[in-house]
Amino acid sequence: MPTYSLDHLDQIEAEAIYILRETAAQFQNPALLFSGGKDSIVMAHLAAKAFWPARIPFPLLHVDTGHNFTETIDYRDSFAEKLGARLVIGSVQASIDSGRVREEKGPFASRNSLQTVTLLDTIESQKFDACLGGGRRDEEKARAKERFFSHRDEFGQWDPKNQRPELWNLFNGRYHPGEHFRVFPLSNFTEMDVWMYIQREGIELPALYFAHEREVFARNGALLAVADCVPMLETEKAVKKTVRFRTIGDITCTGAVESTASNLDEVIAEVAAARQTERGTRADDKRSETAMEDRKREGYF
Amino acid sequence: MDLLRFATAGSVDDGKSTLIGRLLYDSKSIFEDQLIAVEESSRRRGDAVVNLALLTDGLRAEREQGITIDVAYRYFATPRRKFIIADTPGHIQYTRNMVTGASTADLAIILVDARKGIIEQTKRHAFVSNLLRIRHLVLAVNKMDLVDYSEQVFQDIVGSFYEFASRLDNVADITPIPLSALNGDNVVEKSDTMPWFKGSSLLYHLETVYTGGTANHVDARFPVQWIIRPLSQEYHDFRGYAGRIAGGVFKPGDAITVMPSGFSTRIKKIHLPGGKELDEAFPPQSVVMTLEDEIDISRGDMLVKANNPPEASQDVEAMVCWFSHQPMQSRGKYLLRHSTKETKAIVQELRYLVDIETLHKKEGASALGMNDIGRISLRTAAPLFYDSYRRNRLTGSFILIDPGTHETVAAGMIV
Ligand SMILES: Nc1nc2c(ncn2[C@@H]2O[C@H](COP(=O)(O)OP(=O)(O)OP(=O)(O)O)[C@@H](O)[C@H]2O)c(=O)[nH]1
Ligand SMILES: [Mg+2]
Repeated sequence: MPTYSLDHLDQIEAEAIYILRETAAQFQNPALLFSGGKDSIVMAHLAAKAFWPARIPFPLLHVDTGHNFTETIDYRDSFAEKLGARLVIGSVQASIDSGRVREEKGPFASRNSLQTVTLLDTIESQKFDACLGGGRRDEEKARAKERFFSHRDEFGQWDPKNQRPELWNLFNGRYHPGEHFRVFPLSNFTEMDVWMYIQREGIELPALYFAHEREVFARNGALLAVADCVPMLETEKAVKKTVRFRTIGDITCTGAVESTASNLDEVIAEVAAARQTERGTRADDKRSETAMEDRKREGYF
Repeated sequence: MDLLRFATAGSVDDGKSTLIGRLLYDSKSIFEDQLIAVEESSRRRGDAVVNLALLTDGLRAEREQGITIDVAYRYFATPRRKFIIADTPGHIQYTRNMVTGASTADLAIILVDARKGIIEQTKRHAFVSNLLRIRHLVLAVNKMDLVDYSEQVFQDIVGSFYEFASRLDNVADITPIPLSALNGDNVVEKSDTMPWFKGSSLLYHLETVYTGGTANHVDARFPVQWIIRPLSQEYHDFRGYAGRIAGGVFKPGDAITVMPSGFSTRIKKIHLPGGKELDEAFPPQSVVMTLEDEIDISRGDMLVKANNPPEASQDVEAMVCWFSHQPMQSRGKYLLRHSTKETKAIVQELRYLVDIETLHKKEGASALGMNDIGRISLRTAAPLFYDSYRRNRLTGSFILIDPGTHETVAAGMIV
């Protein structure tokens, strides 16, 4: 008897592909949330594989805070072009200009929480009924609780105390008008799995993920990039360091780590030895003990 | 690397989350910032020791109440294996979340509080695990520190569990382990507090237990999920059927039959996602197949081998777990989702309800209430192509959806 067994990366890949196809089949108008970070890059790569040799049957949606690294934006544009995917952009700047949201003030201001309004407005105006997110359950303790198919009410809210049961590989994507779903194909990937998958598939990443020289300053135990949108305090000092990013969100809340890892092998070795979670450098999670859950309840990614 | 999916089960406060926290902590799978956050929360709450349950009880309401409400998924690896853990709630009110976590597990750890022994909720979870065909159980007798690490207490509990479990027909093996999740005894390392225990630690058992997976490699089943028609220059005539193999092994050249149309043809090619060609495909691979002939095939159809078809019928008998506050009524109408197919279904009859305490069948009941388990007969609007759940988890399972609320109200296992 031959043994039919799959390596764990093959298993979680097959699962993610199944979820992506199920999303295309169950919803009228899905979109893939694309931030330019490694998880959404992996998700888009999986989507391209899932529908091969056809194109991805839904657009990429980027919620642009206006505070992105230029590398991210460049990568986004060329990546979408390469996939032949339509790119929809929700602009936080436009939400601010139209008075939908008010910009936070002061040196610790971040547009991170404003993104939720722009995201929900875009979902409504584009009539998206499912948004594919690159969230992983190993990232954070509230995310560890999320279903693959995660229901959102007509206000875009998540109700973690009352999630739908989700059994076997049977997904219930039914909703009432005005409601939508968030779908997480990478739920069972860990940070290490993502890196190993990137290596196995030869996926090209933005240079930000590899060691480079950059002007940074220390704040709250993280190294923030020096940039126009992050005003420094008198007491804070810019220094040049060799750094890389473990996660990439908007500039105001994404911390760098000191590192000399300049290729995938070195990054993987570093991830394997890491003593801090990747979100340990994210200022947006440090605002309270349940910061992620609170944001997700409101409709955050 | 090899992957083992397991779930915790057992009554509220028996120490499931603490055990998972301890397993992660002692196997060095916790990051420094996670540990610091848990230490700080414990201190704020006034806990005497670091409360490792906070590693999985991540929701605000869970932390406030000190209970698990919904299943938490955690991941860790040792040099031997990768693990996906589902830490499920013990409270009866959240049984549906326990079932969610257990439905994809290969092994269940049934926890028991050594002071309380086997209680109804222990039995309920053991019964559900058996119903879901989780073939490997660990009986974790926890809080041994509170019973002076007594061998007698352990043996009594093991004895009464075996007595109950003799009626669980799907369970292949039960491994009893005495432990203290709080102190870490017998979790990762064997403890010298219980020298009378000759078995191995929990982690060693999880690393080495042979499960063989749950997939069926005999009966070829391919539920069509999505049709791929690129309509591009390069792939002008390409028509591919995408889906996940639910059973058996498919090879290019195989003669297949399409259900329900009954048309027969051969498989031309099988591609992995992204295009790589395969010599054979088996569960749980996601693939795209092309066929020799152009046949009308849509989502919800199933490709099978002609000499080994599944059952095809509008009448099915099933065991169901009921999840909704609204009881299931005889003649009630629901949407039924089975593999990639959705159809309407009507409950013909509630045959019996299972008494969890005795496992006896209670006949003559008129409704199935929340958290009840019973056997029903259903009639569907369109035929289902199915195997018994015993034979194949993927083609033998379904869910029922309330057409008004869109809630998932039941999990069904075809008899
Ligand atoms: N003395 C002692 N206390 C324990 C042990 N394991 C857990 N506890 C305590 O038992 C209580 C409940 O533990 P949890 O881990 O939250 O229980 P649970 O089974 O996850 O509960 P639910 O998820 O709500 O069903 C907590 O106060 C733990 O500290 C143990 O081995 N010894
Ligand atoms: Mg718990």
